[in-house]
Amino acid sequence: MAIMVKTDICVGCGACVSQCPFGAIDMKGEFAAIGDKCTLCGTCVDVCPVSAIEITAEPKAAQADDITAYKGVWVFAEQRGGAVAPVSFELLGEGRRLADKLGVQLSAVIFGTGIEPGIKSLIEAGADKVYVYEDALLNEFHEDAYADALTELIREYKPEAVLVGATSIGRAFTPMVAWRIRTGLTADCTSLDIDTEKRQLQQTRPAFGGNIMATILCPDNRPQMSTVRPGVMKRLAADPSRTGEVVRKKPAKPLTSRTRLHNVIEVAGHSINISEAEIIVSGGRGMGSDKGFALLKELAEVLGGVVGASRAAVDNGWMPYPHQIGQTGRTVCPKIYFACGISGAIQHLAGMQSSDLIIAINKDASAPIFNVADFGIVGDVYEVLPQIIKQVKEARG
Amino acid sequence: MDYLLTEEQLAIRDLARQIAEEKIKPVRAELDEKNEFAWDIMHVLAQADLFGLYIPEEYGGFGGGCFENCIAVEEISRACIGISVSFAASGLGCYPILLFGNEEQKAKYLPQIASGKRLAAFGLTEANAGSDAGGTRTTAVLDGNEWVLNGTKQWITNGGEAEIYSVIAMTNPSKGARGASAFIVEKGTPGFSFGKKENKMGIRSSATRELIFENCRIPKENMLGKEGMGFLIAMKTLDKSRPGIGAQAVGLAQGALDESVQYARERHQFGKPIISFQAIQHMLADMATQTEAARALIYAVAKFMDSDPKDVSKASAMSKLFASDVAMKVTVDAVQILGGYGYMKEYPVEKMMRDAKILQIYEGTNQIQRNVIGAALIKEAASSKK
Amino acid sequence: MNIAVCVKQVPDASEVKIDPQTNTMKREGVPAILNPFDTYAVEEAISIKEKVGGKVTAVTMGPPQAVEMLKLCVSMGVDDATLLSDRAFAGADTWATSYTLGLGIKKLDKVDLIICGKQAIDGDTAQVGPGIAENLGLPFVAYVRKVLDITDTTLTVERLIEDGYEVVEVSLPAVITVVKEINTPRLPSLKGKMRAKSLEVKPLSAADLGAIPENIGLAGSPTKVFKVFSPPVKGQREFIEGEPAEQASKLVAKLHELRVL
Repeated sequence: MAIMVKTDICVGCGACVSQCPFGAIDMKGEFAAIGDKCTLCGTCVDVCPVSAIEITAEPKAAQADDITAYKGVWVFAEQRGGAVAPVSFELLGEGRRLADKLGVQLSAVIFGTGIEPGIKSLIEAGADKVYVYEDALLNEFHEDAYADALTELIREYKPEAVLVGATSIGRAFTPMVAWRIRTGLTADCTSLDIDTEKRQLQQTRPAFGGNIMATILCPDNRPQMSTVRPGVMKRLAADPSRTGEVVRKKPAKPLTSRTRLHNVIEVAGHSINISEAEIIVSGGRGMGSDKGFALLKELAEVLGGVVGASRAAVDNGWMPYPHQIGQTGRTVCPKIYFACGISGAIQHLAGMQSSDLIIAINKDASAPIFNVADFGIVGDVYEVLPQIIKQVKEARG
Repeated sequence: MDYLLTEEQLAIRDLARQIAEEKIKPVRAELDEKNEFAWDIMHVLAQADLFGLYIPEEYGGFGGGCFENCIAVEEISRACIGISVSFAASGLGCYPILLFGNEEQKAKYLPQIASGKRLAAFGLTEANAGSDAGGTRTTAVLDGNEWVLNGTKQWITNGGEAEIYSVIAMTNPSKGARGASAFIVEKGTPGFSFGKKENKMGIRSSATRELIFENCRIPKENMLGKEGMGFLIAMKTLDKSRPGIGAQAVGLAQGALDESVQYARERHQFGKPIISFQAIQHMLADMATQTEAARALIYAVAKFMDSDPKDVSKASAMSKLFASDVAMKVTVDAVQILGGYGYMKEYPVEKMMRDAKILQIYEGTNQIQRNVIGAALIKEAASSKK
Repeated sequence: MNIAVCVKQVPDASEVKIDPQTNTMKREGVPAILNPFDTYAVEEAISIKEKVGGKVTAVTMGPPQAVEMLKLCVSMGVDDATLLSDRAFAGADTWATSYTLGLGIKKLDKVDLIICGKQAIDGDTAQVGPGIAENLGLPFVAYVRKVLDITDTTLTVERLIEDGYEVVEVSLPAVITVVKEINTPRLPSLKGKMRAKSLEVKPLSAADLGAIPENIGLAGSPTKVFKVFSPPVKGQREFIEGEPAEQASKLVAKLHELRVL
């Protein structure tokens, strides 16, 4: 343990005890004592009014190279069957902002063969350069082959930050790359920023099921790697006039994998892409039944949106899982989010609170959903929704 | 109250309670509504090793006794006695084999029952032989190396679901009660079939069916004990199982009490939670006291039983009588405390009240229990005069 | 088949609440539980063992009190348990955790399959499973929702992807992470509980594992927690009053004003 309470300074005020997010500090006699649950997060160091708590320097996580040699921001562009995943464009939007702040190039990395339209779209979406790793095996997802390819590129071109979409694929192979390069990876980030002076990426992510937020740094290792939650970053409008450099790379000998793909089975219903929708009409337990969801579908239809659901509604079988929004479902940020009969458990809020405009309709005026709502209507969804449907229809003529 | 349970007994209680809370409570209302046998829960109980609590370790059991079994039955009963009777009835079907089976019979059947892979059931009651077991009409006739069974058993718990049946049949009708013998019959034996599932007032997640024997031939070695021991075997079996009915009653009463206390704290009338009214407190106090008294008696009798005493009939009858009357009263009072809500199926107490009634009826009505106790008192008084 | 299942003791996240007065997490009385996703890993390991035979060992890195969670695994049917416990492990991020767990697994008899839960509910990173695979130089398959076939040398599984699933075959030994859909975890058994009570778990320290100090705990972690805070609360919280028809017309008017309709 590299944390200590200086008992000659500690005044026993207990401020650290109540502020410790991990409940690791107790009062032992007159002084604070830090127990096994400590994760060295440093919250207590900041709150101590007399600076009696100290985290002492330790040998640093060793990386062989000189980290100042690493330059530029990369975005991994995930593609399946030639189609680039929407999250990759969102990351190019965010990556552009970060690269400009750092004054460096933004590059995209894409794997596979026969993906020329995809390469072009990455430049239009903000990339200055596209690294293409051409190998037919990469047209399928294999954890080890993907890790081989990205590791090789990073070792050769040394970017300072690498952003990957926190999709099934991104979250599966990126940790393998980080392990090999001996660098830090922060999972499922929801916001990113740069300390321009230290050139440090500030990676913010929810933990404990969205109950707390943590900002993570990777001070001494490069690249700084993040997987980023789909649906939280903003893509730039495609600019067909943009140009960029394309760097093509082939492996010395074709890549191999210890996994073999037999089959890909697409599940019907999975095709609805709720993360892409601009208007979402969502319902929860308060809808009472699947009949309630017929109302939501009607409203979604007149607004040109899609229907979402809370976990309670999915568990009750009123909507299939692909419509679920929240910690255990999809994260969305539409222009308008209607939360109907949703109380607003923290797990649901985690999936929708970055929506541009939130409208909540609930019987219970004290429901937490109203805390994140821009407009709140206290009332019976069965009375209010038909009125809204009627008036939107009238307004649309 | 702390009954100073051993580590093993605490482990049994905690495990049975976890199953009751996590697996049984969420499904009990639906099983009751649909009159559906709880196979999923039987598999959970089997996987948890609870079917073999009273079976010796050499036969794959846990090596406990009646008391260990009662602890499990009580905890399961807090959630649903329809399920606990299905569980306990396997024990009832097992006791004749455990108490009177020979080594081959024990080695063959006890491990299957202990693991919960196969359920057991006990076939005694008939249409004209309820409390009066002497009216048994089912017969078994020896033909070469096989017994040939004919007749119908009625209201057999686990009938149709169980695979191993201990059945009482007359081998010599002219001898009356002394002409009965006990047999093991397996489901699937030609000539052995089941009647329709009964539609009951309560314990609807348990299966109750007729066992129908039509020239059903079973091997000669499937007789339990000796010829003519049938009624002795039946009586000894019921002596062993009655505290189990008492444990069902204690669990059920506790479950109803728990619901009542919780509701009384949440329900507000005249601006206060109703538990603050003395009228309610007094009812709850009586319910709690009676439940605890029943528990103390059941535990005492079960421990007494495990000391292998000579005559347990009186104590066994008392435990079943007292606890089941308590369960009936406590569940009726629970419905009263919940008022209109208590009468609705949204709350569990109406089911508990319907379920409770059977406890005063099955495995010897409470009137028969009083007869047994009365007869014992006469016997004791007579012997003390000597 | 020797199977290692990696488990973690976590605070029950569903019980974690923010204290509105101090704006910090209220941790008092929050029970420590077996990470829910790991229960699926434990169940899958036990059911594979029941099919093909072998031994299942639960491995965790954590404080001494994590023994209770290991005992829960044993009561469910796990054969043996390894606890990696040392104050020097504190502050480990996913890199250092993967390193340490990898060392613990290397201490076991030849392991054919390593199963991890998809992620832990406290950190939600999903990075330790793949980290262990790399550490041990083994192939890895993420998000397994069904085991289709297992032989001495290969494992065939269904793996969840965004729009469906893939059937993937992987050579053994290998590391997989499993998702909730894969099974229904069993409850403890009585015999398991009694065995767990008598089981002694001797903690292995950094020295026992031969760990390199620069690779464990805070020192071995490339990432550092910079700050922890409560999620921001947004929303203008403007309530629209009136009868339903009136509420609806006011809302529609506002949406027009904002030019979102």
